[in-house]
Amino acid sequence: MNNYFLHVKNISKFFGRRLIFKDMTFEINNNGIIGISGDNGSGKSTLVKIIAGITSPSSGEIVHQDRGKEIIPEKLHNYIGFVSPYLVLYEEFSAYENLSFFSNIRGIKLNIERADFLLEKLLLFKRKDDLVKTYSSGMKQRLKFIFALIHNPSLIILDEPTSNLDSSGKDTVYQLVENESKSNIIIIASNEQSDLNLCQREIKLQDFKLS
Amino acid sequence: MNAKAYALYLKDFRSEIRTRYAVNSLAMFVLVATSVILFSIGNETITQSLTAGLFWVVIFFSAMSGLSRAFVSEEERGTSLTLQLIAAPSTIFSGKLLFNIVLVFCMNIVITLLYSALFDGFVIKNLALFIAAFFFGNAGLAIASTIIAAIISKAGAKGTLYPVLSFPILLPLILTSVQLTLMSFEGASFIEAKFELAIIICYDVIMLTASYLLFDFVWKD
Repeated sequence: MNNYFLHVKNISKFFGRRLIFKDMTFEINNNGIIGISGDNGSGKSTLVKIIAGITSPSSGEIVHQDRGKEIIPEKLHNYIGFVSPYLVLYEEFSAYENLSFFSNIRGIKLNIERADFLLEKLLLFKRKDDLVKTYSSGMKQRLKFIFALIHNPSLIILDEPTSNLDSSGKDTVYQLVENESKSNIIIIASNEQSDLNLCQREIKLQDFKLS
Repeated sequence: MNAKAYALYLKDFRSEIRTRYAVNSLAMFVLVATSVILFSIGNETITQSLTAGLFWVVIFFSAMSGLSRAFVSEEERGTSLTLQLIAAPSTIFSGKLLFNIVLVFCMNIVITLLYSALFDGFVIKNLALFIAAFFFGNAGLAIASTIIAAIISKAGAKGTLYPVLSFPILLPLILTSVQLTLMSFEGASFIEAKFELAIIICYDVIMLTASYLLFDFVWKD
């Protein structure tokens, strides 16, 4: 049972004078998969970055709670796993070195069993000691899932999760997402109908545009 | 500095060994700048005050060529987002600062050795005062360069903006460091240099405090 609670309160975002979305309010307090859909440029990535605490909203507030206690922004990264096409891992290091450095910087010991399980699951175990710069774009995308899941986050944010993946890669990811959704909250921002089919609830960004 | 910041420093150190992003440009700049100064002096004997000034000129411009890499390389490779997702801003600033401190001290030890070997006017009469000037000057340079690097990494024209923005911020530090270096050449005592030492220590403390306060705003979009 996950005790995570996310409350998005009246957030609006402007880039300069251009409105992206306005007065968005929703709550997520149950485990499961929530979809965020919208046209290209509608602000899906901006919204997930705001939820992850990477970007500030122009107005409004995001509240993250774990077991009834509000999470301070400095600690938020410990609760969030994030995958996106614009996320870049260190290409001069191997997959294993990346995971080891990330764990050390988070201040936790690398869980080798979980790392090996995820590497095996995402078909990267045999290449774990190769430099990331030698990986294909699909392999890099799969490694990002390991980066997002290695620290057992309560809130997993997936922005265009299946970009660069072949059909078997997509199946593996969907299986992994469904498994994780039993104990965590998963947010998927995507235009792909197959991604959105996993979701139990969908937030449509066009509903938050200025009419 | 905590274990997380040290882990980030180790990551940067390993990355630097593999990519040589900053070290190569720093080494080349030190070599070229020192050679140009030597060629332009020729057989002339330069005064101690000019030697002290030229010493810090090379340090300033070498720092400009290498220290911005701490943040610019993350931004250029697109790994800033990754860092934002794994660490608090204060951890990131501490890790990057530690890396720049090590880099600036290594670089300036090399410059000092080069100057000692090549310049007749580079004769230190009060070594303790020189070490104090060197320590506080380099610490200030690393702190100021790190926060300026964080600011310009988000800008478009990074290469030109860095020295332009650094110059007014580093001017009080460079002037005081030049003065203290000259005093160490002349054999002045710590009592005689207390005013300059107070300025440089205050500068370091103010820059460090302001940097930690500002970094949250600089780092987040």
